[in-house]
Amino acid sequence: MCLGVPGKIVETYKKDGLHMAKVDFGGIFREACLDYVPEAKVGEYCIIHVGFAISLLSETEALETLELLRQIGAIEEELGTELT
Amino acid sequence: MKYVTEYRDAALVKNVIEEIRRTVTRPWTLMEICGGQTHAIVRHGIDQLLPPEIELVHGPGCPVCVTPLELIDKALAIASQPNVIFCSYGDMLRVPGSGRDLFSVKAQGGDVRVVYSPLDAVALAEKNPDKQVVFFAIGFETTAPPNVMSVLQAQRLGLKNYSVLVSHVRVPPAMKAILGSPHNRVQGFLLAGHVNAVMGYHEYPPFLEEFQIPMVVTGFEPLDIVQGILMTVQLLEAGKIEIGNAYSRAVTFEGLKPAQDTIHKVFMECDRTWRGIGEIPMSGWCLRPEFDEFNAEKRFNVGDIHTKESPLCIAGQILQGLKKPHDCPAFGKECTTENPLGATMVSSEGACAAYYKYGR
Repeated sequence: MCLGVPGKIVETYKKDGLHMAKVDFGGIFREACLDYVPEAKVGEYCIIHVGFAISLLSETEALETLELLRQIGAIEEELGTELT
Repeated sequence: MKYVTEYRDAALVKNVIEEIRRTVTRPWTLMEICGGQTHAIVRHGIDQLLPPEIELVHGPGCPVCVTPLELIDKALAIASQPNVIFCSYGDMLRVPGSGRDLFSVKAQGGDVRVVYSPLDAVALAEKNPDKQVVFFAIGFETTAPPNVMSVLQAQRLGLKNYSVLVSHVRVPPAMKAILGSPHNRVQGFLLAGHVNAVMGYHEYPPFLEEFQIPMVVTGFEPLDIVQGILMTVQLLEAGKIEIGNAYSRAVTFEGLKPAQDTIHKVFMECDRTWRGIGEIPMSGWCLRPEFDEFNAEKRFNVGDIHTKESPLCIAGQILQGLKKPHDCPAFGKECTTENPLGATMVSSEGACAAYYKYGR
């Protein structure tokens, strides 16, 4: 139910007074409402839930998290021993 | 797919699980609130990869599961009426009411339709001015912004044939009910990331003080989940009562202000009965009186509902994290995904359906 899927905004337009977008989910295109993330621009990624963007994804935060998680293993590898 | 593939990186997930193994020194019981996370955990086998000290219990975050039987019976009564197009998210169709489900109403000639978005239901109302279109507005905080927007959009379009049957629930009062129970075993929470995408996590600090329990905002991909578990275990081992955020690409402390404002414009807090659990004070949202004309319970006369629950089903205890699906004598016997006795066996977020589907 609370399933949300990240998609890339490829086009924005107005429809019946709502701020809408065409969103690319890895090659599948669907319409979504952007009224709750009015700052979202073409090329940016949002979490889409039942046809609505509920979060504008932060690339900076995403990269920082991944880097942090990659470092977890790397430190032990460098030291050649398991940290306790 | 960007923002998906990199969070399913098996090597990285393994790294994080190794780190959990190194961090943990004693048994801890964590609860993931959201049923979507329960399914991801069981589907990817995360529960089996964790060190034995970590037990995950599954929370009540399955809106289909907790929608009260009385409202399902009301939905069945409305959907059976002539001249009604009854719209619902797909998961609700097989949830057993007192004796039947929405699928059987459809089989008997009722016009029951599955919609992807509540705006699809509004479009149906626009196209069918001679029919009453009713949308079954269920869900947690995540689904509230779409559902309330459908009401505002129907109002904007001047539609007189659109209404919503509301069964909205909120996470914080449910957490409070779980933590306040004398049987509570939960020592740390993985918060439901998409609820927090909408609501932020500013509602939770009072819980830290009251219940002395750490919690971490957690996403839905395998890497998100193991990161959420790692951060919770780190807090527990260090004796820190704090809130962490393991889903910072999607969640901020404040949340989505325009969505929160719109929810509060249309909904107000109310008491809500959770199926299998009972009434939790102020745990729901319902329509404000100024939106009465869109309230399906007021538009349709559906009084005289007598509910009847399966005597075998223990979904209520499962939803509170007190029991696991295989503790139920009916699990996989009288109750299967083909013939569900309770909603937890139906929903793609129900713990019983996850255990049955992935062979736990």
